[in-house]
Amino acid sequence: MGRLDVEEAVETVEMVRRMNLDVRAVTLGVSLLDCASPDPGELRERVVGKLLDVAGDLVEVVEEVEEELGVPIVHKRIAVTPCCLIVAPAARELGEEAALELADALDEAAGEVGVDFIGGYTALVYDGFTTGDEAILDTIPEALERTERLCASVVVADERYGINMEAVKRAAEAVKETAERTDGLGCARLVALANAPENTPFMAGAFHGVGQPDACVNVGISGPGVVRAVIEELGDVDFRTLHDEIKRTAFKITRVGELVGRRVAERLGVEFGAVDLSLAPTPEEGDSVAEILEGIGLESCGCPGSTAALHLLMDAVKKGGAAATSRHGGYSEAFIPVSEDAGMARAAREALTLEKLEAMTAVCSVGIDMVVIPGDTPVETIAGIIADEAAIGVATGKPTAVRIIPAPGKEPGDEFELGGLLGKAPVMDVSDYRPTMFRRRGRVPPKFPR
Amino acid sequence: MTRAVVTVIGVDRPGIVAGVSRVLAEHNVNIEDISQTVLRDLFAMVMLVDLSEADVSVKELRRELERVGEELGVDVVVQHEDVYRAMHRV
Repeated sequence: MGRLDVEEAVETVEMVRRMNLDVRAVTLGVSLLDCASPDPGELRERVVGKLLDVAGDLVEVVEEVEEELGVPIVHKRIAVTPCCLIVAPAARELGEEAALELADALDEAAGEVGVDFIGGYTALVYDGFTTGDEAILDTIPEALERTERLCASVVVADERYGINMEAVKRAAEAVKETAERTDGLGCARLVALANAPENTPFMAGAFHGVGQPDACVNVGISGPGVVRAVIEELGDVDFRTLHDEIKRTAFKITRVGELVGRRVAERLGVEFGAVDLSLAPTPEEGDSVAEILEGIGLESCGCPGSTAALHLLMDAVKKGGAAATSRHGGYSEAFIPVSEDAGMARAAREALTLEKLEAMTAVCSVGIDMVVIPGDTPVETIAGIIADEAAIGVATGKPTAVRIIPAPGKEPGDEFELGGLLGKAPVMDVSDYRPTMFRRRGRVPPKFPR
Repeated sequence: MTRAVVTVIGVDRPGIVAGVSRVLAEHNVNIEDISQTVLRDLFAMVMLVDLSEADVSVKELRRELERVGEELGVDVVVQHEDVYRAMHRV
Protein backbone atom coordinates (compact mmCIF):
# COMPACT_ATOMS: atom_id res chain seq x y z
CA MET A 1 0.00 0.00 0.00
CA GLY A 2 1.25 3.48 -0.83
CA ARG A 3 1.62 6.14 1.82
CA LEU A 4 -1.31 6.91 4.02
CA ASP A 5 -3.28 10.03 3.38
CA VAL A 6 -4.47 11.60 6.60
CA GLU A 7 -7.57 13.15 5.05
CA GLU A 8 -8.65 9.85 3.56
CA ALA A 9 -8.13 7.99 6.81
CA VAL A 10 -10.09 10.63 8.71
CA GLU A 11 -12.87 10.47 6.13
CA THR A 12 -13.22 6.72 6.64
CA VAL A 13 -13.31 7.12 10.40
CA GLU A 14 -15.87 9.93 10.29
CA MET A 15 -18.13 7.93 7.97
CA VAL A 16 -18.35 5.20 10.58
CA ARG A 17 -18.40 7.35 13.70
CA ARG A 18 -20.50 10.36 12.76
CA MET A 19 -22.43 9.38 9.65
CA ASN A 20 -23.70 5.93 10.59
CA LEU A 21 -21.81 4.05 7.90
CA ASP A 22 -22.41 0.40 8.47
CA VAL A 23 -23.10 -2.79 6.63
CA ARG A 24 -26.82 -3.17 7.09
CA ALA A 25 -27.29 -6.89 6.57
CA VAL A 26 -25.29 -10.01 6.01
CA THR A 27 -27.72 -12.67 4.86
CA LEU A 28 -26.83 -16.30 4.41
CA GLY A 29 -28.95 -17.91 1.73
CA VAL A 30 -29.51 -21.62 2.34
CA SER A 31 -31.16 -24.09 -0.01
CA LEU A 32 -33.71 -26.34 1.67
CA LEU A 33 -34.51 -28.26 -1.51
CA ASP A 34 -32.89 -31.36 -0.01
CA CYS A 35 -35.09 -31.16 3.10
CA ALA A 36 -38.52 -31.74 1.57
CA SER A 37 -40.42 -34.74 2.90
CA PRO A 38 -44.05 -35.93 2.88
CA ASP A 39 -43.76 -36.38 6.66
CA PRO A 40 -43.98 -33.04 8.56
CA GLY A 41 -41.96 -34.36 11.50
CA GLU A 42 -39.17 -35.42 9.21
CA LEU A 43 -39.37 -32.13 7.30
CA ARG A 44 -38.92 -30.25 10.56
CA GLU A 45 -35.98 -32.37 11.62
CA ARG A 46 -34.21 -31.98 8.28
CA VAL A 47 -34.76 -28.22 8.13
CA VAL A 48 -33.50 -27.54 11.64
CA GLY A 49 -30.58 -29.93 11.08
CA LYS A 50 -29.48 -28.30 7.84
CA LEU A 51 -29.77 -24.75 9.14
CA LEU A 52 -27.77 -25.51 12.28
CA ASP A 53 -25.21 -27.25 10.15
CA VAL A 54 -24.78 -24.53 7.49
CA ALA A 55 -25.58 -21.40 9.51
CA GLY A 56 -24.41 -22.47 12.96
CA ASP A 57 -21.29 -20.27 12.83
CA LEU A 58 -22.86 -17.32 11.01
CA VAL A 59 -23.30 -14.98 13.95
CA GLU A 60 -19.88 -15.73 15.40
CA VAL A 61 -18.14 -15.25 12.04
CA VAL A 62 -19.94 -11.98 11.29
CA GLU A 63 -19.07 -10.61 14.73
CA GLU A 64 -15.47 -11.65 14.25
CA VAL A 65 -15.26 -9.82 10.90
CA GLU A 66 -16.96 -6.76 12.38
CA GLU A 67 -14.42 -6.63 15.18
CA GLU A 68 -11.49 -7.24 12.88
CA LEU A 69 -12.37 -4.61 10.28
CA GLY A 70 -13.75 -2.04 12.68
CA VAL A 71 -16.93 -1.57 10.64
CA PRO A 72 -20.33 -2.16 12.27
CA ILE A 73 -22.55 -4.89 10.80
CA VAL A 74 -26.12 -4.41 11.93
CA HIS A 75 -28.15 -7.49 10.99
CA LYS A 76 -27.40 -11.16 10.53
CA ARG A 77 -30.08 -13.08 8.70
CA ILE A 78 -30.95 -16.27 6.88
CA ALA A 79 -32.91 -16.62 3.66
CA VAL A 80 -34.19 -20.04 2.61
CA THR A 81 -35.71 -21.64 -0.48
CA PRO A 82 -39.32 -20.48 -0.94
CA CYS A 83 -41.33 -22.59 1.50
CA CYS A 84 -44.06 -23.25 -1.08
CA LEU A 85 -41.59 -25.64 -2.73
CA ILE A 86 -40.26 -27.29 0.42
CA VAL A 87 -43.66 -27.87 1.98
CA ALA A 88 -45.28 -29.24 -1.18
CA PRO A 89 -44.81 -33.00 -0.56
CA ALA A 90 -46.15 -32.74 3.00
CA ALA A 91 -48.86 -30.22 2.11
CA ARG A 92 -50.40 -32.60 -0.41
CA GLU A 93 -51.89 -34.63 2.44
CA LEU A 94 -51.67 -32.32 5.41
CA GLY A 95 -51.98 -28.77 3.99
CA GLU A 96 -51.89 -26.10 6.68
CA GLU A 97 -50.59 -28.40 9.39
CA ALA A 98 -47.47 -29.12 7.34
CA ALA A 99 -46.90 -25.43 6.59
CA LEU A 100 -47.16 -24.43 10.24
CA GLU A 101 -44.75 -27.19 11.22
CA LEU A 102 -42.28 -25.72 8.74
CA ALA A 103 -42.86 -22.18 10.07
CA ASP A 104 -42.09 -23.37 13.60
CA ALA A 105 -39.00 -25.23 12.42
CA LEU A 106 -37.59 -22.12 10.70
CA ASP A 107 -38.26 -19.91 13.70
CA GLU A 108 -36.71 -22.43 16.05
CA ALA A 109 -33.58 -22.74 13.91
CA ALA A 110 -33.29 -18.95 13.56
CA GLY A 111 -33.51 -18.58 17.33
CA GLU A 112 -30.91 -21.23 17.92
CA VAL A 113 -28.48 -19.76 15.38
CA GLY A 114 -29.11 -16.29 16.80
CA VAL A 115 -30.13 -14.39 13.65
CA ASP A 116 -32.60 -11.49 13.71
CA PHE A 117 -34.79 -12.75 10.88
CA ILE A 118 -35.29 -15.74 8.66
CA GLY A 119 -36.95 -15.12 5.29
CA GLY A 120 -38.55 -17.44 2.80
CA TYR A 121 -42.04 -18.25 4.07
CA THR A 122 -42.91 -17.51 0.50
CA ALA A 123 -45.61 -18.27 -2.05
CA LEU A 124 -44.56 -17.89 -5.70
CA VAL A 125 -47.94 -17.20 -7.23
CA TYR A 126 -47.32 -14.69 -10.04
CA ASP A 127 -48.69 -17.18 -12.55
CA GLY A 128 -50.91 -19.45 -10.47
CA PHE A 129 -51.27 -21.52 -7.32
CA THR A 130 -49.76 -24.90 -6.40
CA THR A 131 -50.54 -27.09 -3.38
CA GLY A 132 -47.51 -25.65 -1.63
CA ASP A 133 -48.53 -22.05 -2.40
CA GLU A 134 -52.02 -22.67 -1.01
CA ALA A 135 -50.61 -24.07 2.22
CA ILE A 136 -48.36 -21.03 2.68
CA LEU A 137 -50.99 -18.43 1.72
CA ASP A 138 -53.57 -19.97 4.07
CA THR A 139 -51.20 -19.93 7.03
CA ILE A 140 -49.27 -16.64 6.77
CA PRO A 141 -51.23 -14.80 9.50
CA GLU A 142 -51.05 -17.68 11.95
CA ALA A 143 -47.41 -18.38 11.13
CA LEU A 144 -46.49 -14.74 11.77
CA GLU A 145 -48.51 -14.72 14.98
CA ARG A 146 -46.79 -17.76 16.45
CA THR A 147 -43.22 -16.92 15.38
CA GLU A 148 -40.83 -14.09 16.21
CA ARG A 149 -38.28 -14.10 13.43
CA LEU A 150 -40.06 -15.57 10.43
CA CYS A 151 -40.60 -13.33 7.39
CA ALA A 152 -43.26 -14.08 4.79
CA SER A 153 -43.64 -12.94 1.20
CA VAL A 154 -46.12 -13.38 -1.61
CA VAL A 155 -44.79 -12.92 -5.13
CA VAL A 156 -47.90 -11.70 -6.95
CA ALA A 157 -46.48 -10.41 -10.23
CA ASP A 158 -43.64 -10.79 -12.67
CA GLU A 159 -42.85 -8.76 -15.76
CA ARG A 160 -42.76 -11.96 -17.85
CA TYR A 161 -46.13 -13.28 -16.69
CA GLY A 162 -48.18 -10.29 -15.58
CA ILE A 163 -50.10 -9.77 -12.35
CA ASN A 164 -52.04 -12.56 -10.68
CA MET A 165 -54.95 -10.48 -9.39
CA GLU A 166 -56.33 -13.35 -7.32
CA ALA A 167 -52.95 -13.59 -5.59
CA VAL A 168 -53.05 -9.83 -5.02
CA LYS A 169 -56.37 -10.18 -3.25
CA ARG A 170 -55.15 -13.11 -1.16
CA ALA A 171 -52.02 -11.18 -0.18
CA ALA A 172 -54.24 -8.29 0.92
CA GLU A 173 -56.36 -10.68 2.99
CA ALA A 174 -53.20 -12.04 4.61
CA VAL A 175 -52.07 -8.49 5.46
CA LYS A 176 -55.42 -7.66 7.02
CA GLU A 177 -55.67 -10.85 9.07
CA THR A 178 -52.03 -10.59 10.17
CA ALA A 179 -52.70 -7.06 11.43
CA GLU A 180 -55.72 -8.23 13.40
CA ARG A 181 -53.88 -11.17 14.94
CA THR A 182 -50.69 -9.29 15.84
CA ASP A 183 -51.92 -5.77 16.60
CA GLY A 184 -50.32 -4.63 13.35
CA LEU A 185 -46.76 -5.57 14.27
CA GLY A 186 -46.65 -8.84 12.27
CA CYS A 187 -47.20 -6.89 9.04
CA ALA A 188 -43.59 -5.68 9.26
CA ARG A 189 -42.65 -9.29 8.44
CA LEU A 190 -44.96 -9.65 5.45
CA VAL A 191 -44.48 -8.28 1.95
CA ALA A 192 -46.20 -8.61 -1.43
CA LEU A 193 -43.69 -8.52 -4.29
CA ALA A 194 -43.42 -8.07 -8.03
CA ASN A 195 -40.27 -9.21 -9.87
CA ALA A 196 -38.90 -10.57 -6.61
CA PRO A 197 -35.09 -10.71 -6.61
CA GLU A 198 -33.77 -14.14 -5.61
CA ASN A 199 -30.64 -12.90 -3.88
CA THR A 200 -31.55 -9.91 -1.77
CA PRO A 201 -30.21 -9.70 1.78
CA PHE A 202 -33.06 -7.38 2.82
CA MET A 203 -36.17 -8.43 4.70
CA ALA A 204 -39.03 -9.06 4.69
CA GLY A 205 -38.74 -10.18 1.06
CA ALA A 206 -35.54 -12.23 1.16
CA PHE A 207 -35.64 -15.81 -0.05
CA HIS A 208 -33.02 -18.09 -1.56
CA GLY A 209 -33.82 -18.66 -5.23
CA VAL A 210 -33.77 -22.12 -6.78
CA GLY A 211 -30.99 -21.16 -9.20
CA GLN A 212 -28.68 -20.21 -6.31
CA PRO A 213 -25.91 -22.45 -4.90
CA ASP A 214 -26.52 -24.60 -1.83
CA ALA A 215 -25.46 -21.70 0.36
CA CYS A 216 -24.16 -18.18 -0.30
CA VAL A 217 -23.68 -14.86 1.42
CA ASN A 218 -25.41 -11.68 0.20
CA VAL A 219 -24.64 -8.28 1.66
CA GLY A 220 -26.79 -5.20 1.99
CA ILE A 221 -25.02 -1.89 2.35
CA SER A 222 -26.20 1.25 4.03
CA GLY A 223 -25.02 4.80 4.30
CA PRO A 224 -27.76 7.45 3.88
CA GLY A 225 -26.02 9.46 6.60
CA VAL A 226 -22.78 9.55 4.61
CA VAL A 227 -24.49 10.68 1.40
CA ARG A 228 -26.44 13.32 3.29
CA ALA A 229 -23.27 14.72 4.89
CA VAL A 230 -21.58 14.90 1.48
CA ILE A 231 -24.50 16.82 -0.04
CA GLU A 232 -24.57 19.20 2.91
CA GLU A 233 -20.88 19.94 2.57
CA LEU A 234 -21.14 20.57 -1.19
CA GLY A 235 -23.65 23.40 -0.94
CA ASP A 236 -25.26 24.76 -4.12
CA VAL A 237 -23.22 22.97 -6.76
CA ASP A 238 -24.72 22.10 -10.16
CA PHE A 239 -26.55 18.80 -10.71
CA ARG A 240 -23.72 17.09 -12.50
CA THR A 241 -21.25 17.81 -9.69
CA LEU A 242 -23.80 16.67 -7.14
CA HIS A 243 -24.38 13.43 -9.05
CA ASP A 244 -20.65 12.85 -9.32
CA GLU A 245 -20.02 13.29 -5.61
CA ILE A 246 -22.92 10.97 -4.66
CA LYS A 247 -21.49 8.44 -7.10
CA ARG A 248 -18.05 8.60 -5.49
CA THR A 249 -19.56 8.16 -2.04
CA ALA A 250 -21.66 5.19 -3.19
CA PHE A 251 -18.50 3.65 -4.58
CA LYS A 252 -16.72 3.88 -1.24
CA ILE A 253 -19.65 2.53 0.73
CA THR A 254 -20.12 -0.38 -1.65
CA ARG A 255 -16.46 -1.32 -1.53
CA VAL A 256 -16.80 -1.82 2.21
CA GLY A 257 -19.83 -4.06 1.64
CA GLU A 258 -17.89 -6.08 -0.90
CA LEU A 259 -14.99 -6.46 1.54
CA VAL A 260 -17.27 -7.67 4.33
CA GLY A 261 -19.15 -10.11 2.07
CA ARG A 262 -15.97 -11.64 0.70
CA ARG A 263 -14.54 -12.15 4.14
CA VAL A 264 -17.66 -13.62 5.73
CA ALA A 265 -18.20 -16.01 2.79
CA GLU A 266 -14.58 -17.14 2.92
CA ARG A 267 -14.73 -17.87 6.66
CA LEU A 268 -18.00 -19.75 6.33
CA GLY A 269 -16.68 -21.69 3.38
CA VAL A 270 -19.58 -20.71 1.13
CA GLU A 271 -19.86 -18.64 -2.03
CA PHE A 272 -20.07 -14.87 -1.95
CA GLY A 273 -23.21 -13.88 -3.83
CA ALA A 274 -24.11 -10.26 -4.46
CA VAL A 275 -23.97 -6.81 -2.94
CA ASP A 276 -27.34 -5.07 -2.77
CA LEU A 277 -26.48 -1.46 -3.65
CA SER A 278 -29.20 -0.03 -1.49
CA LEU A 279 -29.32 3.01 0.70
CA ALA A 280 -31.06 1.58 3.72
CA PRO A 281 -32.12 4.20 6.27
CA THR A 282 -32.64 3.78 10.00
CA PRO A 283 -34.75 5.81 12.43
CA GLU A 284 -31.52 7.28 13.77
CA GLU A 285 -30.94 11.01 13.48
CA GLY A 286 -29.39 11.86 10.11
CA ASP A 287 -29.57 8.35 8.67
CA SER A 288 -32.44 9.25 6.37
CA VAL A 289 -33.07 9.02 2.63
CA ALA A 290 -35.80 11.70 2.95
CA GLU A 291 -33.17 14.10 4.29
CA ILE A 292 -30.89 13.36 1.33
CA LEU A 293 -33.71 14.31 -1.02
CA GLU A 294 -34.37 17.44 1.00
CA GLY A 295 -30.64 18.19 0.81
CA ILE A 296 -30.83 17.97 -2.98
CA GLY A 297 -33.53 20.63 -2.78
CA LEU A 298 -36.98 19.98 -1.30
CA GLU A 299 -38.75 21.90 1.45
CA SER A 300 -40.26 18.61 2.62
CA CYS A 301 -39.91 15.18 1.06
CA GLY A 302 -43.05 14.47 -0.95
CA CYS A 303 -43.46 17.97 -2.36
CA PRO A 304 -43.26 18.47 -6.17
CA GLY A 305 -39.72 17.68 -7.34
CA SER A 306 -39.38 14.66 -5.04
CA THR A 307 -39.55 12.08 -7.82
CA ALA A 308 -36.85 13.93 -9.78
CA ALA A 309 -34.60 14.19 -6.72
CA LEU A 310 -35.02 10.49 -6.02
CA HIS A 311 -34.25 9.62 -9.63
CA LEU A 312 -31.00 11.59 -9.50
CA LEU A 313 -30.00 9.97 -6.22
CA MET A 314 -30.78 6.46 -7.46
CA ASP A 315 -28.90 6.83 -10.69
CA ALA A 316 -25.80 8.10 -8.90
CA VAL A 317 -25.93 5.35 -6.27
CA LYS A 318 -26.25 2.66 -8.93
CA LYS A 319 -23.48 4.00 -11.14
CA GLY A 320 -21.07 4.42 -8.23
CA GLY A 321 -22.05 1.14 -6.62
CA ALA A 322 -21.82 -0.85 -9.84
CA ALA A 323 -18.20 0.24 -10.25
CA ALA A 324 -17.39 -1.03 -6.77
CA THR A 325 -18.70 -4.59 -7.06
CA SER A 326 -18.83 -6.85 -10.04
CA ARG A 327 -21.93 -8.54 -8.69
CA HIS A 328 -24.74 -6.32 -7.66
CA GLY A 329 -28.01 -7.97 -6.79
CA GLY A 330 -31.20 -7.83 -4.80
CA TYR A 331 -33.07 -4.57 -5.12
CA SER A 332 -30.11 -2.24 -5.56
CA GLU A 333 -32.28 0.79 -4.87
CA ALA A 334 -32.84 3.43 -2.25
CA PHE A 335 -35.31 2.31 0.34
CA ILE A 336 -37.93 4.84 1.32
CA PRO A 337 -39.71 3.10 4.18
CA VAL A 338 -41.83 5.51 6.16
CA SER A 339 -41.51 4.20 9.72
CA GLU A 340 -37.88 3.12 9.46
CA ASP A 341 -36.71 6.52 8.18
CA ALA A 342 -37.25 9.32 10.68
CA GLY A 343 -37.20 11.90 7.86
CA MET A 344 -39.87 10.00 5.89
CA ALA A 345 -42.02 9.69 9.02
CA ARG A 346 -41.75 13.45 9.58
CA ALA A 347 -42.50 14.11 5.89
CA ALA A 348 -45.63 11.96 6.22
CA ARG A 349 -46.88 14.60 8.65
CA GLU A 350 -45.94 17.32 6.13
CA ALA A 351 -45.82 17.01 2.33
CA LEU A 352 -45.80 13.25 1.81
CA THR A 353 -49.03 11.50 0.83
CA LEU A 354 -49.55 7.85 -0.03
CA GLU A 355 -50.17 8.80 -3.67
CA LYS A 356 -46.92 10.79 -3.95
CA LEU A 357 -45.07 7.94 -2.32
CA GLU A 358 -46.42 5.62 -5.02
CA ALA A 359 -45.27 8.02 -7.73
CA MET A 360 -41.78 8.08 -6.19
CA THR A 361 -41.62 4.29 -6.26
CA ALA A 362 -41.86 4.43 -10.05
CA VAL A 363 -38.19 5.52 -10.06
CA CYS A 364 -36.95 3.39 -7.18
CA SER A 365 -37.74 0.21 -5.34
CA VAL A 366 -38.98 -1.12 -3.10
CA GLY A 367 -42.38 0.41 -3.20
CA ILE A 368 -44.84 1.23 -0.47
CA ASP A 369 -42.75 0.18 2.49
CA MET A 370 -43.52 0.30 6.20
CA VAL A 371 -46.53 2.50 5.69
CA VAL A 372 -49.12 2.57 8.44
CA ILE A 373 -52.74 2.98 7.33
CA PRO A 374 -56.01 3.02 9.29
CA GLY A 375 -57.00 -0.36 10.75
CA ASP A 376 -60.43 -0.26 9.13
CA THR A 377 -59.03 0.02 5.58
CA PRO A 378 -61.00 -2.51 3.48
CA VAL A 379 -59.22 -5.55 1.99
CA GLU A 380 -60.08 -4.34 -1.55
CA THR A 381 -58.31 -1.05 -0.93
CA ILE A 382 -55.17 -2.83 0.32
CA ALA A 383 -55.40 -5.10 -2.74
CA GLY A 384 -55.67 -2.00 -4.95
CA ILE A 385 -52.49 -0.56 -3.41
CA ILE A 386 -50.66 -3.86 -4.01
CA ALA A 387 -51.97 -4.10 -7.59
CA ASP A 388 -50.84 -0.55 -8.40
CA GLU A 389 -47.36 -1.24 -7.11
CA ALA A 390 -47.27 -4.55 -9.01
CA ALA A 391 -48.29 -2.69 -12.17
CA ILE A 392 -45.35 -0.31 -11.73
CA GLY A 393 -43.11 -3.35 -11.37
CA VAL A 394 -44.46 -5.10 -14.44
CA ALA A 395 -44.35 -1.92 -16.52
CA THR A 396 -40.81 -0.94 -15.51
CA GLY A 397 -39.25 -4.36 -14.91
CA LYS A 398 -38.08 -3.26 -11.43
CA PRO A 399 -38.71 -5.16 -8.25
CA THR A 400 -41.53 -3.46 -6.35
CA ALA A 401 -43.17 -4.33 -3.07
CA VAL A 402 -45.86 -3.44 -0.60
CA ARG A 403 -45.28 -3.78 3.12
CA ILE A 404 -48.21 -2.05 4.72
CA ILE A 405 -49.62 -2.03 8.23
CA PRO A 406 -53.37 -1.53 8.74
CA ALA A 407 -52.99 -0.69 12.43
CA PRO A 408 -56.04 -1.86 14.37
CA GLY A 409 -57.99 0.97 15.98
CA LYS A 410 -55.80 3.68 14.47
CA GLU A 411 -56.96 6.63 12.40
CA PRO A 412 -55.14 9.05 10.07
CA GLY A 413 -52.75 11.26 12.02
CA ASP A 414 -52.37 8.86 14.96
CA GLU A 415 -48.84 7.69 15.77
CA PHE A 416 -47.96 4.03 15.51
CA GLU A 417 -44.89 2.66 17.26
CA LEU A 418 -43.25 -0.44 15.78
CA GLY A 419 -40.23 -0.44 18.06
CA GLY A 420 -36.46 -0.48 17.60
CA LEU A 421 -35.10 -0.20 14.07
CA LEU A 422 -38.62 -0.58 12.68
CA GLY A 423 -39.29 2.90 14.01
CA LYS A 424 -42.60 4.73 14.28
CA ALA A 425 -44.83 6.54 11.82
CA PRO A 426 -48.01 8.55 11.56
CA VAL A 427 -51.03 6.72 10.18
CA MET A 428 -51.40 7.87 6.56
CA ASP A 429 -54.66 8.76 4.92
CA VAL A 430 -56.11 6.35 2.35
CA SER A 431 -58.76 7.16 -0.26
CA ASP A 432 -62.33 6.44 0.85
CA TYR A 433 -63.17 5.30 -2.67
CA ARG A 434 -62.43 1.65 -3.20
CA PRO A 435 -61.59 -0.52 -6.20
CA THR A 436 -64.31 -2.90 -7.38
CA MET A 437 -62.10 -4.81 -9.84
CA PHE A 438 -61.33 -7.67 -7.47
CA ARG A 439 -64.68 -9.33 -8.21
CA ARG A 440 -63.02 -10.37 -11.47
CA ARG A 441 -60.86 -13.48 -11.68
CA GLY A 442 -57.56 -14.18 -13.43
CA ARG A 443 -54.49 -12.17 -14.33
CA VAL A 444 -53.43 -8.90 -15.86
CA PRO A 445 -51.26 -9.95 -18.85
CA PRO A 446 -47.56 -9.06 -19.10
CA LYS A 447 -46.41 -5.88 -20.75
CA PHE A 448 -45.71 -5.94 -24.45
CA PRO A 449 -41.92 -5.55 -24.83
CA ARG A 450 -40.82 -2.10 -25.90
CA MET B 1 -5.02 -9.60 10.79
CA THR B 2 -1.59 -8.27 9.97
CA ARG B 3 -1.92 -4.54 9.44
CA ALA B 4 -4.25 -1.90 10.77
CA VAL B 5 -4.79 1.82 10.33
CA VAL B 6 -4.84 3.75 13.60
CA THR B 7 -6.46 7.16 13.27
CA VAL B 8 -6.24 9.79 16.01
CA ILE B 9 -8.36 12.94 15.93
CA GLY B 10 -8.60 15.65 18.59
CA VAL B 11 -7.40 18.92 20.00
CA ASP B 12 -3.62 19.17 19.73
CA ARG B 13 -1.63 18.92 22.96
CA PRO B 14 1.73 17.51 24.00
CA GLY B 15 1.93 13.77 24.54
CA ILE B 16 -0.55 12.43 22.01
CA VAL B 17 1.97 10.73 19.73
CA ALA B 18 3.93 9.49 22.74
CA GLY B 19 0.84 8.12 24.47
CA VAL B 20 -0.40 6.19 21.47
CA SER B 21 3.06 4.96 20.47
CA ARG B 22 3.76 3.70 23.99
CA VAL B 23 0.75 1.36 23.88
CA LEU B 24 1.84 0.08 20.47
CA ALA B 25 5.39 -0.51 21.64
CA GLU B 26 4.25 -2.26 24.82
CA HIS B 27 2.44 -4.82 22.72
CA ASN B 28 5.15 -5.23 20.13
CA VAL B 29 3.13 -3.54 17.40
CA ASN B 30 5.39 -2.02 14.76
CA ILE B 31 4.65 1.39 13.23
CA GLU B 32 5.28 1.20 9.48
CA ASP B 33 4.05 4.59 8.42
CA ILE B 34 2.93 7.70 10.25
CA SER B 35 1.67 11.08 9.10
CA GLN B 36 -0.02 13.95 10.82
CA THR B 37 -1.61 17.23 9.95
CA VAL B 38 -4.10 19.81 11.16
CA LEU B 39 -7.57 19.33 9.65
CA ARG B 40 -10.29 21.90 10.33
CA ASP B 41 -8.41 23.09 13.46
CA LEU B 42 -8.08 19.54 14.78
CA PHE B 43 -4.99 17.46 15.20
CA ALA B 44 -5.17 14.39 12.94
CA MET B 45 -2.67 11.56 12.92
CA VAL B 46 -2.76 8.30 11.06
CA MET B 47 -0.49 5.29 11.51
CA LEU B 48 -0.14 2.09 9.56
CA VAL B 49 0.81 -0.59 12.08
CA ASP B 50 1.89 -4.21 11.81
CA LEU B 51 0.32 -6.60 14.30
CA SER B 52 1.89 -9.83 13.11
CA GLU B 53 4.26 -9.99 16.13
CA ALA B 54 1.81 -8.38 18.55
CA ASP B 55 0.99 -10.03 21.89
CA VAL B 56 -2.66 -8.85 21.82
CA SER B 57 -5.62 -9.28 19.48
CA VAL B 58 -6.88 -6.33 17.48
CA LYS B 59 -9.90 -6.26 19.77
CA GLU B 60 -7.76 -5.85 22.89
CA LEU B 61 -5.52 -3.29 21.19
CA ARG B 62 -8.56 -1.28 20.12
CA ARG B 63 -9.94 -1.20 23.68
CA GLU B 64 -6.59 -0.14 25.11
CA LEU B 65 -6.04 2.60 22.53
CA GLU B 66 -9.55 3.89 23.07
CA ARG B 67 -8.87 4.10 26.79
CA VAL B 68 -5.59 5.97 26.24
CA GLY B 69 -7.41 8.23 23.78
CA GLU B 70 -9.93 9.10 26.47
CA GLU B 71 -7.13 10.07 28.86
CA LEU B 72 -5.55 12.25 26.17
CA GLY B 73 -8.88 13.75 25.09
CA VAL B 74 -8.67 12.44 21.52
CA ASP B 75 -10.59 9.90 19.43
CA VAL B 76 -8.61 6.82 18.50
CA VAL B 77 -10.02 4.45 15.89
CA VAL B 78 -8.50 1.15 14.77
CA GLN B 79 -9.58 -0.29 11.45
CA HIS B 80 -8.21 -3.06 9.30
CA GLU B 81 -5.89 -1.82 6.56
CA ASP B 82 -8.25 -3.39 4.01
CA VAL B 83 -11.10 -1.00 4.86
CA TYR B 84 -8.90 1.99 4.03
CA ARG B 85 -7.58 0.29 0.94
CA ALA B 86 -11.08 -0.69 -0.30
CA MET B 87 -12.36 2.84 0.04
CA HIS B 88 -9.45 4.88 -1.20
CA ARG B 89 -7.36 2.71 -3.53
CA VAL B 90 -8.80 1.46 -6.80
